[in-house]
Amino acid sequence: MNLLTFTSTKTFRHGIHPRDYKELTKDKPIERMPFSNEYVLPLSQHLGAPSVPVVKPGDKVFRGQLIAEPGGFVSVALHSPVTGKVKAIELHHHPSGKMVESIVIQTDPFSPQTLYHEHEIEWQDLTTQELLIMIQNGGFVGLGGAAFPTHVKLSVPEGKKAQFLIVNGVECEPYLTSDHRLMLENYENVFLGIRIAMRILDVEKAYLGIEMNKPDAIELMREKMPPDLNCEVVPLQVKYPQGAEKMLTEAVLNKEIPSGKLPIDIHVIVNNVGTIAGIGQLFRFGQPLIERIVTVTGPGIQRPANLMVPIGTRLEDVLEYCGGLKDNTRQILFGGPMMGSPQVFLDVPIMKGTSGILCLTDYEVKVREEYPCIRCLRCVDACPVYLNPSRLGALAKKRQYEAMLDYHILDCMECGSCSYVCPSNIPLVQRFRVAKALLREQMAKQKQTG
Amino acid sequence: MKSGELKLLLTSSPFLKQEEDTPYIMRQVIIALLPATLAALYFFGINAFLVILVSILGAMFTEWLFTRSKGVNTLHDGSAALTGLLLALVLPPGIPLWMAFLGGVVSIGIGKMIFGGLGSNIFNPALVGRAFLQAAFPVAMTTWSPVIPMNQFFHLYHTTLGIPFLKMPTAVTTATPLARMKFDAQLTAFHDLFLGSTAGSLGETSSLLILLGGIYMVLKKVINWRIPLAIFISMYVFAGILHWINPGHYAPPTFHLFAGGIMLGAIFMATDPVTSPVTQKGCWVFGIGIGFLVILIRTFGGLPEGVMYAILLMNAFTPLINRVTRERVYGTE
Ligand code: SF4
Ligand code: SF4
Repeated sequence: MNLLTFTSTKTFRHGIHPRDYKELTKDKPIERMPFSNEYVLPLSQHLGAPSVPVVKPGDKVFRGQLIAEPGGFVSVALHSPVTGKVKAIELHHHPSGKMVESIVIQTDPFSPQTLYHEHEIEWQDLTTQELLIMIQNGGFVGLGGAAFPTHVKLSVPEGKKAQFLIVNGVECEPYLTSDHRLMLENYENVFLGIRIAMRILDVEKAYLGIEMNKPDAIELMREKMPPDLNCEVVPLQVKYPQGAEKMLTEAVLNKEIPSGKLPIDIHVIVNNVGTIAGIGQLFRFGQPLIERIVTVTGPGIQRPANLMVPIGTRLEDVLEYCGGLKDNTRQILFGGPMMGSPQVFLDVPIMKGTSGILCLTDYEVKVREEYPCIRCLRCVDACPVYLNPSRLGALAKKRQYEAMLDYHILDCMECGSCSYVCPSNIPLVQRFRVAKALLREQMAKQKQTG
Repeated sequence: MKSGELKLLLTSSPFLKQEEDTPYIMRQVIIALLPATLAALYFFGINAFLVILVSILGAMFTEWLFTRSKGVNTLHDGSAALTGLLLALVLPPGIPLWMAFLGGVVSIGIGKMIFGGLGSNIFNPALVGRAFLQAAFPVAMTTWSPVIPMNQFFHLYHTTLGIPFLKMPTAVTTATPLARMKFDAQLTAFHDLFLGSTAGSLGETSSLLILLGGIYMVLKKVINWRIPLAIFISMYVFAGILHWINPGHYAPPTFHLFAGGIMLGAIFMATDPVTSPVTQKGCWVFGIGIGFLVILIRTFGGLPEGVMYAILLMNAFTPLINRVTRERVYGTE
């Protein structure tokens, strides 16, 4: 083992060190979940315009067949995760808490569930534009959680130039291990994905950032890296929120993305390793985004696991497959504990951006007494973008939202580090979310009126 | 799946939380004060015990009185008890008990509650209490009873049980190292300063034990090490320059570092998070300011000791320091 694997000093400034709880699932190989009876595919699982259905109730569909087209440039296609029949297109519970138009597909129990049109795609001779369209039609969005359409992210705006591709294999959210297992088990997809993304971006060099709590992944990626692929595996110190674009770019390149700008403004494009592997899968087998790896974990689940789950699987089906919930489960999250979103309905579907299902019990969700801010500075030392959450929290409490602008509230990325460290249990980021939403609304109104 | 019975909570992220809360921090500070407190008991016997007890009672009683009407109980956050203990440790060992009680009352009542309670005060509450006593009872506050030998643990100073408004009984007194330096230009042996067998306030005689507590708090991350370090450096440099100019007239910098209340002040009072700056740069400025003022007062002021005023003065500047040392936001110039 290379000694360097364990001695990286690369990271960003500030941040926090929560316990990672990854031991629950990190050594569990990816299991393929058996097909369920029914799947629910919301037309809106990504940022941007919803997809537009091209099937109607009663239609027979194959696994991997297109069922909805992109609804614009910032939108992607949607495919059926199983061979079966379209049962309905109706409003259905969505992980966001809203009701969203969704395609419900009933599985054909007798189908062998082979892929609709399995084939390798010759990509070497395709143009950048053609590649991007294939990715959009493959339904790809950021699999790290934000679910931003991948082809948009890979399109370098006119007049700008990409220099580096940074692949995000950090997985800094505690509990989650889906990217970790993916790198260990599907590294060929990752490498092909990197190649294609580098072609699209026309960059010479790629970096793959992995935190040092995944030494096996660092070692394997280094060992298997094709010699002609100019991609450097960068071991990073373990720190939250290193998976944030700004923090990862700083950790790898030691450069700051200017406030209010995007990585491309300093010639960098960041992509999640899961998304990159998905692109590899698309070009190797012609498989669009119809399944993803989900870490099912937490003290509230009977049998923690890393599962390959068809997109659209209902939450309750996944929980049942993992042995069900323990009696004292109080909260179920989509995503990790720092930025995940709580679910209250068990029939919500797993979406493209669902990286984990975290089941927490009474103990973890206990209500903590709030004390006055003692200005201990822990939040200031934690904030990765150097805000002063103590001051912002005081202003938010007094509803002085305008004054918060002056303290750069809009730079807050809602990572939750401040809330995590606050000894007075002040719900800082929760308050900031409200303040930001109100301020955005206000600014939108101002734009309209004048 | 029996989804009907399951009661799922809808709160928002993050769902992980560091366990260390504010009462925990207060407890850590109290633990860090234990060595110095035990030393006070060792050097000053039952007198120390009574002063500490009464001062804490005064502080907690006042906290309870002020919060009672609001229907909340803030006693368990530990901050009132800590204030009482800190106050006791900066009082002279022979102080009449009723004054110690009154000091506790003033610390919490005027130092903290009228500002709005924990977190809203501008000045360090214990120092407010001490400043009040100093102004109201200058004699009692500068009556330094000598250290008593251990076998006389139950020896009470004549002054301890003094009654309000009666003439103070004459006390056996002795001069503190700083006073001896200031008025007689006489140095105290370094190891006496370090280990504590010198006259002074209850808790400020042994630099070693206070330092131990300080190291504990730094390791536990409950104080910002920048503040005491900045104070020490600035004192050392400033006193060093003076000493270099005229060694016969000005005390050597190490003397200043270990004499009087500076250890307790720098490590336990100046680091009070509520009343110190919220930026790292600001903490340096704050510490340097205190160190400078302490030497200034000790050397050129009318008093032998200036730690209390130095810290209170810099407390007053804290909001200003916060404003001018605002941290650069990520990705801006
Ligand atoms: S961490 Fe909490 S108590 Fe400490 S300064 Fe920040 S808001 Fe105040
Ligand atoms: S949630 Fe916002 S304010 Fe809090 S640490 Fe993260 S970026 Fe800073």
